[in-house]
Amino acid sequence: MNISLGPLMYCWSKSDVFTFYDDVANSPIPLVYLGETVCSRRRQVKWADYVALAKMLQSTGKQVVLSTLALIETASEQTELRKQLENGDFAIEANDMAAVAIANELGIPFICGPTINNYNRATLDKMAEWGMQRFVMPVDLSCDWLKAVLTPLANFEAEVIGYGHLPLAHSARCFTARLKGLAKDGCGIACEQYPQGVLAQTQEHQPLLRLNGIQTQSAACCDLRQQIPVMEAIGVSWFRVSPVNQQSITMATELTRGEFPDTIAANACNGYWHNNAGMERVI
Amino acid sequence: MELLCPAGNLASLKAALNAGADAVYLGLKDDTNARSFAGLNFTPQRLQEAATLVKRSKRKFYLTINTFPQPGQEQRWHQAVDLAVNSSADGLIMADISLLDYAHSHYPEIPLHLSVQASVTNLAGLDFYQKQFNIQRAVLPRVLSIKQVKDLAKVSPVDLEVFAFGSLCIMAEGRCQLSSYVTGESPNSGGSCSPARYVRWQEQGDNRLTRLNEVLIDRSGIDEQMGYPVVCKGRYLAEDAGTAQFLLESPTSLSTLELIPELAAAGIVSLKIEGRQRSPAYVEQVTRVWRDAIDSYLAAPAQFQSKKEWLSALAKVSEGQTTTLGAYERSWQ
Repeated sequence: MNISLGPLMYCWSKSDVFTFYDDVANSPIPLVYLGETVCSRRRQVKWADYVALAKMLQSTGKQVVLSTLALIETASEQTELRKQLENGDFAIEANDMAAVAIANELGIPFICGPTINNYNRATLDKMAEWGMQRFVMPVDLSCDWLKAVLTPLANFEAEVIGYGHLPLAHSARCFTARLKGLAKDGCGIACEQYPQGVLAQTQEHQPLLRLNGIQTQSAACCDLRQQIPVMEAIGVSWFRVSPVNQQSITMATELTRGEFPDTIAANACNGYWHNNAGMERVI
Repeated sequence: MELLCPAGNLASLKAALNAGADAVYLGLKDDTNARSFAGLNFTPQRLQEAATLVKRSKRKFYLTINTFPQPGQEQRWHQAVDLAVNSSADGLIMADISLLDYAHSHYPEIPLHLSVQASVTNLAGLDFYQKQFNIQRAVLPRVLSIKQVKDLAKVSPVDLEVFAFGSLCIMAEGRCQLSSYVTGESPNSGGSCSPARYVRWQEQGDNRLTRLNEVLIDRSGIDEQMGYPVVCKGRYLAEDAGTAQFLLESPTSLSTLELIPELAAAGIVSLKIEGRQRSPAYVEQVTRVWRDAIDSYLAAPAQFQSKKEWLSALAKVSEGQTTTLGAYERSWQ
């Protein structure tokens, strides 16, 4: 199985981001996605910085894909998106249909991220006609779904978020700012204080969600590592580790070497893969 | 400016027409639409009756086919499109790319409306769907500010429809997995958000516990007004807070009554009332208020002002008896 490292979805300082990708450069992980996918107000790491990181990673022999925002709302975000797509060097991960539209217009290939609604083969074939080379399975779909959709053999690749907190929703409202009693446009980049988001538990102390700016994630970490042989059998090309911290690099490295456990981690979830509620843990 | 009202069944449809709706939207009694509640929606036969009633009243109806077909199931969604065309629907409300493609290639004459479930919030997306499938209209997600709506309306290649009143969905619609994360079902997969069979209320002393698939999403006072039992309107403990809060949103409804002049000036073609799952009495009440408000505006645009009786009538049918401008307000942006 090929292992990829998904985009860092949290808001880290520029130095932490650069340290992280220095370590990634020294790892055997073959495919790296990077870029701001959550909030256009986060400007610690600018587009030019991401391009510099991408070039650095590429120089170590890695495939690099630049990931774009999940929710494009304003004309300025759309202008920025176009600039990103016109970068001339790197493939992009489209996380909003605006990115698909602009990629199609420019005639450049793209990868569909997990927040694009690809729910059936006819839709995926249409996407492929528009230039999609690979798609990341939407997080709410299952092994059975993927098997059906990859039959007969497709002319695009499939990637699964196999480990990480699942991006469940995106809003206009910033939940981190709201928690701090701040207006969104005066948020002071409150997300930087929460490098793994804010854990939200039920009133019975059951971890439920993780608030990450305008994004809501699963509190539980999805763990499909022991499903790697199944994924290989149904034609999945890439297993994505969605990074949380430096440990994610270690894990992706182990997976790249073919080392994976035969059970799922305690407190992890894998429900969607098994046709259940996403938060379930199916053993 | 069209007043577009929900019709969960024939009784609601009649209520909407009687109260002055210009058009209604409805869905089939299966998982081809995102409000697949038990006891709601239309069989093919009822759809014919609905079509007859609407045509007799010289109004319009749109069929909502806005879930995403799963592999091997596509035929049923195609049949829904065929049925809508044969019933002389005035438009199809759809989100899935393969369905838009099917409808556009088989029935190029039928107007296609891009459902809010397609989650398109920008010009590039609207242009693309227009170019690929000749969509005539798009329903905007409830995540845009009034300024963003106005900016988009200035350049949009298609007509725009916005949510005027009803349940406040705070996430980009069609891309929210909170319900499926907890229950396994969501509007996308052909169920609904927080299906009733997963909801359980428990009284505990002076409190009422709201559970969704056994997950405690809220604890409220027995006399407290409750919202819909959805994940985004629950009270939770943030990691650095001692008391539970509505971390995402509190129970409240969206109402844009006071924005009617701005929406009209922006050229918004349709104001949508949410609530196919609500009663005919709700549909009647809300439709009547909005009919009156739109007519008042059209009669004297410069003098338009929300009337007290409109606001109190709407408050009665709102979640938590309160309304908000939601993302239309600056504080969200």
